[in-house]
Amino acid sequence: MDGTAHWWLEVALRLVVILGFFLVVPLLVGQMEHKAMAHMQGRLGPMRAGGFHGWAQLIADGVKFAQKESVVPAAADRLVFQLAPAVALLPYLVALVVVPIGPGTQVGVELDLGLFFVLAVMGVGVLGTLMGGWASANKYSLLGGIRTAAQLMAYELPMLLSAASVAMAAGTLSLSAIVDKWQWWWLPWQLIGAFVFFTSGLAELQRPPFDMPVADSEIIFGPYTEYTGLRFAFFLLAEYAGIVLLCLLTSVLFLGGWHGPFSAHLGWLWTVLKTLVLSFVVIWLRVSYPRLREDQLQRFAWTALIPLALAQLAITGVVRVL
Amino acid sequence: VTTESEQPAHEKGQQRGSGRELPGVGLVKGLATTLKTMTKHAHTVQYPDQAPELAPRTRGVIALLEENCTVCMLCARECPDWCIYIDSHKETVPAPPSGGRERTRNVLDRFAIDFSLCMYCGICIEVCPFDALEWSPEFEYAEFDIKDLLHERDRLREWFWTVPAPVALDPAAQDPKEIAQAQKVADKRLTAQKAAEIVALADGGDAPADVNREASGEADTEADGRTDGDG
Repeated sequence: MDGTAHWWLEVALRLVVILGFFLVVPLLVGQMEHKAMAHMQGRLGPMRAGGFHGWAQLIADGVKFAQKESVVPAAADRLVFQLAPAVALLPYLVALVVVPIGPGTQVGVELDLGLFFVLAVMGVGVLGTLMGGWASANKYSLLGGIRTAAQLMAYELPMLLSAASVAMAAGTLSLSAIVDKWQWWWLPWQLIGAFVFFTSGLAELQRPPFDMPVADSEIIFGPYTEYTGLRFAFFLLAEYAGIVLLCLLTSVLFLGGWHGPFSAHLGWLWTVLKTLVLSFVVIWLRVSYPRLREDQLQRFAWTALIPLALAQLAITGVVRVL
Repeated sequence: VTTESEQPAHEKGQQRGSGRELPGVGLVKGLATTLKTMTKHAHTVQYPDQAPELAPRTRGVIALLEENCTVCMLCARECPDWCIYIDSHKETVPAPPSGGRERTRNVLDRFAIDFSLCMYCGICIEVCPFDALEWSPEFEYAEFDIKDLLHERDRLREWFWTVPAPVALDPAAQDPKEIAQAQKVADKRLTAQKAAEIVALADGGDAPADVNREASGEADTEADGRTDGDG
């Protein structure tokens, strides 16, 4: 009896920590985007909300979104339309459960098929955007949705191939085991894979410069055109949660996760630090590069990323055999 | 070391054609630019907390020096959107005791500019013959009601205190017309006086030596040139 109570408490605690991580870190990345982007453009960004350098800007944004009317277009597929933001947001929370933050038991659920599970669930997240695009009964949303689908088709493959390369190198699909086996020389060995994984992850999140599906200046934010209020905020939150998950996965798979000085005690700190640095890179890329055209986007995936991912697989195989 | 601009055009073209620059160098340069900008100070000003640095001849608002206004109505007529309102009446000035007749003059009753219509073209300022209108750098006169942007002459007069002094002339520039004119008249009067003194001295015979020297030293050249011509 005492044992089960203890077990329940532990599960509840883990879930609360993960939920806290899920709610706080994306906002942190969002705020970083506000400020880093502003300074890269010679501005200051938000300076008022909360008093000190606009630290509460995203909270203010959230309050604003909550106050707004949630409109469903008359011609929309009501249920699908209303469900889409949840479908976009929740997979990232679910995926977070199996990603190890630190060594040992610092993971929500230790899953042997962790890598497989995470990639499968991340693909579901894109489905939310697709649902929103189809259900909105709006030509821009439909265009955006179709582009999302095309992008998912093109970039899921290199992402899976590069992840498979790491799984091959470690000989396991468990995320904790992959980090456990990681050594510094994996960095040059899996460099191409890391590049392909990170880039195709960006494309799957529709982050600039791969944001053709939501290109606000030509198809008015694509699948999100008809969304207002909290549902729209959920889509935005999903984008940032996606960034966090992608950066977390990249650091776990390719950058050695919790490895670093004092990793026995401060392992989780190393993981978070690597994630935040990668998130900064995501923002940095957004500020520096213009948007790829739809055909350039497709060509990049099929003629650059997929061959690179295959080459990485070959290299991994050869080194493993040797 | 030869810079790119020194190279002949065909060489540059060849360089681009052969693609000697590594692929992806442009992408790295882009990243470097944004990162460099991030470490520098922002170009923006936190306005309400921090006053903006305005250019010396900022066109903020149109100010009125009503003492200079003669109600000639040129500004109101030239205004493209007719946003200047002028009312006046005539007053009779009695004849001076030394003789002559009564005169009338215009007295300004109302001078107002509707800044909800004004397009800040500055034609009224250009056209004013007496410099009664001038640009002021003042810009903080937003109102909650558009009707409150019709500003009367007292407000326009207040703004004139903020008009900056005119830009100083170049060291070698000609004097402004009014100063040059006044200087010419004053010079003429002085020379005439000096010449009269010299004539008086010559008539009187024995003059003190110092007065003679002073008069000749200062005014000789001018006096020779001009009084001789006149006489």
